[in-house]
Amino acid sequence: MCGIVGLFTKNPAFEDRLGDYLSSMLIEMSDRGPDSAGVAIYRNPTGKDGVKLSLFSADDDYPWRTLAKELGKELGDKISIEVRASHAILVVHEDFPVIQAWLRHHHSELKVMSAGNTIEIFKEKGLPKDVVERFNLRDLKGSHALGHTRMATESAVTTAHSHPFSTGLDLCLVHNGSLSNHNRLRQVLAREGIEFQTDNDTEVAAGYLAWRLREGASLDEALEAAIKDLDGFYTFAVGTRDGFAVLRDPIACKHAVLAETDDWVAMATEYRAIAVLPGAEKAKIWEPAPAQIYSWGRA
Amino acid sequence: MGDLDLATLSLRDANKRLHAVTHKSNDLAWQLTNPRGAHAIAAGLDAPLSLTIDGHVGFYCGGMNKQAEITIRGHAGPGVAENMMSGMVRVTGNASQSAGASGRGGLLVVEGDTSSRCGISMKGIDIVVGGSVGHMSAFMAQSGHLVVCGDAGANLGDSIYEAILFVRGKAESLGADCIEKEIRPEHTVVLTELLEKSGIDADPADFRRYGSARRLYNFNVDHADSY
Repeated sequence: MCGIVGLFTKNPAFEDRLGDYLSSMLIEMSDRGPDSAGVAIYRNPTGKDGVKLSLFSADDDYPWRTLAKELGKELGDKISIEVRASHAILVVHEDFPVIQAWLRHHHSELKVMSAGNTIEIFKEKGLPKDVVERFNLRDLKGSHALGHTRMATESAVTTAHSHPFSTGLDLCLVHNGSLSNHNRLRQVLAREGIEFQTDNDTEVAAGYLAWRLREGASLDEALEAAIKDLDGFYTFAVGTRDGFAVLRDPIACKHAVLAETDDWVAMATEYRAIAVLPGAEKAKIWEPAPAQIYSWGRA
Repeated sequence: MGDLDLATLSLRDANKRLHAVTHKSNDLAWQLTNPRGAHAIAAGLDAPLSLTIDGHVGFYCGGMNKQAEITIRGHAGPGVAENMMSGMVRVTGNASQSAGASGRGGLLVVEGDTSSRCGISMKGIDIVVGGSVGHMSAFMAQSGHLVVCGDAGANLGDSIYEAILFVRGKAESLGADCIEKEIRPEHTVVLTELLEKSGIDADPADFRRYGSARRLYNFNVDHADSY
């Protein structure tokens, strides 16, 4: 099972309610994924020299302010921090690999859920409506967002196993389906220096895209290659800094529906998640064709 | 006219009211509003009622339909009119995969496109699609007619039995044991009638017919690669 939702605003007036709309879409997909839920939201760009990190701690009372001070002192930088339940968003003016290495060395208890200029990821175990409330997702504003509700079929139910998976700076992936060649592919990618946090199949797909992009492919080229190299059933939604892309496997038995109006583009596993959006009843609605890449973005 | 508004009525209650209709009921005209993509709307109807659904529906709308005429003014999710026995289901928009799957009778009209597996395992239903159908349509189709006014995706009619397929556009590829066949006068009669009944404006002379080569009916070791 699992449910995927994605919303891309074409009309800036919709950006103020992005979190609200995406939350409603996510909750509609509760039947498809009651185990855990997560969103990737693109908002508040940091500017060129800033890196935004989404960090997760299993400790609900984690001393985030202390961490920000410690890191600020280390870098001689003023770190801004926003805490939402088990996650914190930090904005740092330093290269990501440097911060990543510092965190690993000094705070191995933390997990980096995403990094980039605009992406933020919030994901947790539990029913989608509880996850929405816990992170207060409804008040988030932004240009576009992806969400996932998970019914686990191939690996454990933990926060780290939840989607979205970040695939590199400002990139993320959500997945409905299951991959059958992920163990072998994980070994291949690990030899290429791609790191994995879990034994989850989707993380391998995310790592695969990160590897292709690192090797110089465009997102479309990376997805084209994924059709050949990933074996299994999937509908993917991939978030980028400027928009998102949707891809189904060549058999296309995992559901997906796309809808577009003058104000927004939405994708979901089922139409009922799109029905919550204003103007949905007048939207152009169609099912994405197999092995075809659909993408939307700002120029 | 009976009114069902899913904004105020539960799906189960709406379906109960439709199931309570019989041929003796006074009110045989029904309307359903605010479907909002709910699943199994108007599944299992068994009365000569007419129902208009104003909006997009989820999975299995009009499944197992007997006698009823259902019009969906919008998009239909997977499995619309699956296992239909008789009556008619019309979709004014596009339909998702497995439209009319394993239907035994009646007429399904999709004015837009359908995605993959349209008419999979059909067993007597007639399906008319105003646009195109996706891959693996009419897979293992046993009887009935599939009329496609646009194009057909890859592997049309794979492992087909005796269903008759008409395609006006291009079939991307034919599945195992599916071949093009000549159109004889009796086929033109059926095709003309189906296009008229479905209200879709197309010239029967523009279609090609596809059906079974009947090589896979019994196991034959020479055809082992095709099974």
